Amino acid sequence: MIAENERHTAVTEKIDEVVIRFAGDSGDGMQLTGTQFTNTSALLGNDLSTLPDFPAEIRAPAGTLPGVSAFQVRIADYDIHTPGDSPDVLVAMNPAALKKEIKDLKPNGIVIVNTDEFNARNFAKANITVNPLEDGSLANYRVFQAALTTMTRRTLEASGLDTKSMDRCKNMFALGMCYWLFSRPLDNTVEWLKKQFARKPNLAEANIAVLKAGWNFCDITELFHDRYEVPAARMEPGLYRNITGNVSLAMGLIAASRRSGLPLFLGAYPITPASDVLHELSRYKNFGVTTFQAEDEIAAVCAAIGASFGGALGVTASSGPGIALKAEAMNLAVMTELPLVVCDIQRGGPSTGLPTKTEQADLLQVMFGRNGESPIPIISASSPKDCFDVALEAVRIATRYMVPVVLLSDGYIANGSEPWKLPQVEELPDLRIEFRADPEGFQPYERDAETLSRPWAVPGTPGLEHRIGGLEKENVTGNVSYDPVNHENMIHLRAEKVARIARELPDVEVFGDPQGGELLVLGWGSTAGAIHGAVSSARRLGLSVSRAHLRYLNPFPRNLGEVLARFDRVLLPEMNLGQLALLLRARFLKDIITLSKVQGKPFTRQEILDKIQSLLEYKHAN
Amino acid sequence: MPTETPTPTLLTKKDFQTDQEVRWCPGCGDYAILSAVQQVFPELGIPREKFVVVSGIGCSSRFPYYMNTFGFHTIHGRAPAVATGLKLARPELEVWIATGDGDSMSIGGNHLIHVLRRNVGVKILMFNNRIYGLTKGQYSPTSELGKKTKSTPAGSVDYPFNPLSLAIGAGATFIARSVDIFQAHLRDTLRRAAQHKGTAYVEIYQNCNIFNDKAFSGLTDKETKDETALYLEHGKPLVFGKNKDRGIRMSGTRMEVIELGGELGPDDCLVWDETQENPALSFLMAQLQPPGFPIPLGVFRDVEVPTYEERVIAQMHTETERLGVGKLEDLLRAGDTWTVGEQPAS
Repeated sequence: MIAENERHTAVTEKIDEVVIRFAGDSGDGMQLTGTQFTNTSALLGNDLSTLPDFPAEIRAPAGTLPGVSAFQVRIADYDIHTPGDSPDVLVAMNPAALKKEIKDLKPNGIVIVNTDEFNARNFAKANITVNPLEDGSLANYRVFQAALTTMTRRTLEASGLDTKSMDRCKNMFALGMCYWLFSRPLDNTVEWLKKQFARKPNLAEANIAVLKAGWNFCDITELFHDRYEVPAARMEPGLYRNITGNVSLAMGLIAASRRSGLPLFLGAYPITPASDVLHELSRYKNFGVTTFQAEDEIAAVCAAIGASFGGALGVTASSGPGIALKAEAMNLAVMTELPLVVCDIQRGGPSTGLPTKTEQADLLQVMFGRNGESPIPIISASSPKDCFDVALEAVRIATRYMVPVVLLSDGYIANGSEPWKLPQVEELPDLRIEFRADPEGFQPYERDAETLSRPWAVPGTPGLEHRIGGLEKENVTGNVSYDPVNHENMIHLRAEKVARIARELPDVEVFGDPQGGELLVLGWGSTAGAIHGAVSSARRLGLSVSRAHLRYLNPFPRNLGEVLARFDRVLLPEMNLGQLALLLRARFLKDIITLSKVQGKPFTRQEILDKIQSLLEYKHAN
Repeated sequence: MPTETPTPTLLTKKDFQTDQEVRWCPGCGDYAILSAVQQVFPELGIPREKFVVVSGIGCSSRFPYYMNTFGFHTIHGRAPAVATGLKLARPELEVWIATGDGDSMSIGGNHLIHVLRRNVGVKILMFNNRIYGLTKGQYSPTSELGKKTKSTPAGSVDYPFNPLSLAIGAGATFIARSVDIFQAHLRDTLRRAAQHKGTAYVEIYQNCNIFNDKAFSGLTDKETKDETALYLEHGKPLVFGKNKDRGIRMSGTRMEVIELGGELGPDDCLVWDETQENPALSFLMAQLQPPGFPIPLGVFRDVEVPTYEERVIAQMHTETERLGVGKLEDLLRAGDTWTVGEQPAS
């Protein structure tokens, strides 16, 4: 590396957090760059939260605005819950990335731009008429210009690589610069590169050389006067790893399989942003996991139902459009009272909508989007790591009550990541279940007195031969029945079975003023982090505001109505037009104030805080 | 999984009958098919609890309710998908699918071609009556061009599917055809299907006496049946007719009917080979139909390749050998981890 006397003397300032957004063309490797920065920071013990934001097109035309791919990471020395409202640092690999992302940057924020890409051709692609580096539009920011492409090529002059291959390393130059700027070591990424390019050592060497060159460039030039350091966060003692929601969900399903003793069967059809659940689970055949990439969404869920009938843990994972296709089969599981877990990783809708962007607008679809009276329990994940626990809980409900369960996640937590304290396996819930084995007195639709569930009688068990299907069943015998009174009775039984799940659910907890107050901010799903941050800030301002978060959306926790009644007003931020609010009003006859955002992006803390303030100040002004 | 205590293997037809009242229309061909299946199942030496009959929607799909085995009456067109999941989860089960022309080739067409291409070890009995019966008489994907039905008062303008050609195109490893009332032939065909390891696809001509009566009368009427049916027998020349006086031979790339007895004899006929890997001849055979040709019955194709579930299990074994039996602790701790120690209170 560089000899001590050649270094300039940058002052290292300790800061408690920083938000960095890496932005470039889809082909620039920004997701990878951001992930590396994240993993290195995780190993340093920072708390962190990430927000990838990429286009639906695999390679939109290079250099254009639609082609911009970004990855935001927030690292902190304290407990954080969101990837940050706005970045402190923007790395812009081309003019399109600068144009698209600059508006989010904090005033006086740092911009690092690759000047090599700032030319007339790229301005034209990004519909830029005047060079933003020269027109004064960046006056409110600290702009650092570096010829990343040129320096990358120079670093690799002797590498023997062609220009295209050299240029593909330039993200490592930017990463090296950021590592220097935020005092991160290079070794984690160096090791990763060696592993990644184990079969192409020349590419490993090239990337490592460029990474170091980026670091050295900052160390010897006086581009930056200050360096920053974000110390490790105070976290609960334990072993941690950084995890995305989809991987966490997959781990949770495998854990549930092990804890229940049921082999896991995933039927899935590729769909953004759920495919990673399929990818992840397909790697674990040595855990007895069967993944079936079906011919379509319907086959995926039907195969899972077939596997459940056979005594496996049947799971399907998809997103809104796929869930729509699965509706009829989900009802088959309702009617045949078979366990099934349907994971809906929500994305922007309707129709194809915004495949890579987040939304929470499938709640009413999974609640009501089937023919007939079709009660299905719904459970939602509030953060990447929460997906693990929610998966176990979904399996518990599905197998204990013999019902299909919908697990709601969304694109934000599916792709976002956070540190996860690894659980002790022996402390995970015991999900063991028993199949019916005794033919004596067996009736396919005989019901457990407590849960109203019917026996799980799997094919191959002597003496339990029976037929199930989508036609209405006579209670107890399970024979096809068109009897009017039986039908009504069965509709009530299926509803009651789902309602009884609430008996075992934990009460919804109020943080702030549990005894009640002026305002409760209620949330579900991935809004948890932003609500947490906003309510904490509001309370520091002295406002009478509390928060509560719903994991269970059907049935609701038993104390929910009473909790809502304790507050003068209830604010419900949702990434839809007020779907949970509709359910709550109908159920509890309590008015709910909806804060809606449907931009394909999660709420910022500030957006929720502003709403809290406007509500409480308005009230006080009156 | 349940313990292995097989029921006595000396089962009879009665053991496969349920107490449910059979609700097909009197005279329906489905009764004959049910009877044949109930006769063949006990012969197979498989404990009753190992059988699962899966169906979709339609008259044929009521089948599971009348079979005293495990049964699953699923949703329209999806039986192959449900059966695939079941077979993957429980490869040791004997999974049979009962379906019809509408269920398997209209709404369930996608699942049909994919179950065939994967070669999942299930048997598919496709009751072809060339009509939608349960919905009271609309034309189906196998109804002939010009068919007048409730939904096509001026005649259907759709070209029909040839089910066996479709199955061959999808990569089927076993295809056969039989007729509801040809009981002995039907039972033989079912036995052959039962012995096949991959997907066995059996088209069964089935008369719907209410909405499409006599659809197969050319084949089933006493006067014409011997002249219309061509029984395929592996290794034997393709000879047909009451007096065995006609045969099939190749003429270039086509099949042609020849008169036997003069200069030509059975030796001049094509010898049927159901085991050819190349399905071209089976396809040509599936295309034969009156006028001009007989209707082939029997096994068109029977080739053995590994089944889908075998491949899935083999991969699972290989991966388990390579990686060892997965441990949940190790899985959770995979990747980059870091330890946070006890920190002094600030």
